[in-house]
Amino acid sequence: MSPYKLRSAFQTMNIHEYQARELFGKFGVATQPGRVASTEEEAEAIATELAKPTVVKAQIHAGGRGKGTFKNGFKGGVHLASSPAEARDFASKMLGQTLVTHQTGPEGKLVGKVFVGEAVDIAKELYFAILQDRATSGYTIIASTEGGVNIEEVAEHTPEKIAREHIHPTLGFQSYQGRKLAAALGLRGPLMTQAVKLFANLFKLFLSADCSMVEINPLVITTDGRLMALDAKFNFDDNALFRHPEIVAMRDKSEEDPREVAASEFNLNYIGLDGNIACLVNGAGLAMATMDIIQHYGGKPANFLDVGGGASKEQVTAAFKIILSDAAVQGILVNIFGGIMDCDIIANGVIAAAKEVSIKIPLVVRLEGNNVAAGKKTLSTSGLAILSADTLDDAAQKIVAALKKS
Amino acid sequence: MAILVTPQTRILVQGITGDFGSRHAKLSLDYGTQLVAGVTPGKGGQVFEHNGHKVPVFDTVAEAAKQTGATVSVIFVPPPFAADAILESVDAGLDLAVAITEGIPVNDMVRAKAAMVGSKTRLIGPNCPGLVTPGAGKDSHGGCRIGIAPGYIHKRGNVGVVSRSGTLTYEAVWQLTSRGYGQTTCVGIGGDPVNGTSHLDVLKMFNEDPETEAIIMIGEIGGEAEEQAAAWVKANCKKPVAAFIAGASAPPGRRMGHAGAIVSGGKGTAAAKIAALKDAGIAVAVTPSAMADTLLRHWGKA
Repeated sequence: MSPYKLRSAFQTMNIHEYQARELFGKFGVATQPGRVASTEEEAEAIATELAKPTVVKAQIHAGGRGKGTFKNGFKGGVHLASSPAEARDFASKMLGQTLVTHQTGPEGKLVGKVFVGEAVDIAKELYFAILQDRATSGYTIIASTEGGVNIEEVAEHTPEKIAREHIHPTLGFQSYQGRKLAAALGLRGPLMTQAVKLFANLFKLFLSADCSMVEINPLVITTDGRLMALDAKFNFDDNALFRHPEIVAMRDKSEEDPREVAASEFNLNYIGLDGNIACLVNGAGLAMATMDIIQHYGGKPANFLDVGGGASKEQVTAAFKIILSDAAVQGILVNIFGGIMDCDIIANGVIAAAKEVSIKIPLVVRLEGNNVAAGKKTLSTSGLAILSADTLDDAAQKIVAALKKS
Repeated sequence: MAILVTPQTRILVQGITGDFGSRHAKLSLDYGTQLVAGVTPGKGGQVFEHNGHKVPVFDTVAEAAKQTGATVSVIFVPPPFAADAILESVDAGLDLAVAITEGIPVNDMVRAKAAMVGSKTRLIGPNCPGLVTPGAGKDSHGGCRIGIAPGYIHKRGNVGVVSRSGTLTYEAVWQLTSRGYGQTTCVGIGGDPVNGTSHLDVLKMFNEDPETEAIIMIGEIGGEAEEQAAAWVKANCKKPVAAFIAGASAPPGRRMGHAGAIVSGGKGTAAAKIAALKDAGIAVAVTPSAMADTLLRHWGKA
């Protein structure tokens, strides 16, 4: 597999908080001092080294950690510790335990690492983000005096509290833009100097790592006059991961949907949803449209699945296996527009795959395009209980009706 | 008259000796397209042969254009090298560069697009199926097929089609052809967030093209390009337009296959796009099965 084929493997690759801090450290973006620990001994050692009160934070991707509960009954994935012994105690209660937050679902996430950092006294929380901007084909910085809250709500209710700065696609970030943004955030005097340096280094990190977005929320001013990134969210451009093995190495597969991980290994583009009608389609636009039409006729799509232009037997087999691993799935709609490929070859592939995985739920197949008559004949004489459909409309109605009957 | 390319347009293929590039170069030759040159660095002097066609291969786009009179390039170069390939066709002064490649880093496209400002070259794509101006022969043979679309589904006629998606375009084209309505030109602008040509750019061309009588525009979730196109249609477009937006059932925050197909921060929803299209007097197909019928009704043909 060529390296750039990795892209579909990372639908939404996220990194852990401690990894974000490591990136900050590498690029000179001021952040809370601290390190990651995998054992309670390490946690105590880091707290001793910091020689200050610390914060111990469970490392999972999901939000809502502070308000979460561990399955062992321990409450909260974020705790303030006044001594190294206390930091160790908190770490021992989090490591190897499963944390349930409003974002993890009831099954929760296993905590393998904790971040131990200096507990900083916050004077003010701000917001700062850099994003790739499709509207300008460039980059935009968004900053606000309202940090620590949902920025979309700020944008909706108090848009005057949001400052925007467009960054030139080839010139990049300029110091004057940093000063303008600092001024908009009320960062004057020595804080302005710190701000311009932080913003410039963050832009350097953003470009160097091919991020599609970096969001610092909150960016804080401490009571002792330091400006630092306290929490951050990174999104990476999947298309550029081929040139960032160091970012790919940060991938934590245990944080991802196992079906999406399996799909990525067959170069399939799969996204699990919460309905019961699975679909298997060639092409992203047609795959979305197929989900839409299922919904239009009163069904609920169980997934997005693009098998690409070819729809080979191997891919279709792998796709069926992934679809069927979702216990909620009660029916399957296959929708292939055979443009270049012969529909008869596709039909044979679908039949072989269906036989191999012995599908026992309703299966509707809609083929269109090149040599479609032969393809349909192959389907109808296969001996399998395949419902053949003429149009996409027909296919969607057939699968929705089949589920109502069963 | 069609837009962007005619059956006489001479095209070259960057990446003609690769798997993907050679397969589609052959299909274009079979379709009767004036495919006159190939470019693969290091393979200059070779000849790309297919069914009696002999297509010379060059090391550089500049040489290929100069020696064969090609004015359009289609790019099948792998993602790490694709932005460079686009800029090479710009440097060679071509009229049009069509980037089929999927998976080009966004930062590469941001820089390439900035570098193209002021040049004479138009870029279509990347991550697109290309474009087809159907020919007058059987199964639209003799047309200009640039990219990866199946040629035979087309028919020469008077509907312009513009879309962000590949197979969904074929779906619309096939619906039209099956109902006896042909196309002037079908343009796939691609599913990436940073692209060379927008829905709006293509709509303007269709509006000016005397042969195009009606238009199908296919959009999807993400960005605001469909809204911008709708606003322009409302004020300026003289021709009936029908549209379909894919992704009404897509969950927010997830990228639906195409790099640009994502609802983020409440922006780019199908509902907002459909509302903008309807407000502009565009007939919106309720399902993807109804794209052609929706246009034909709006156009007064059905």
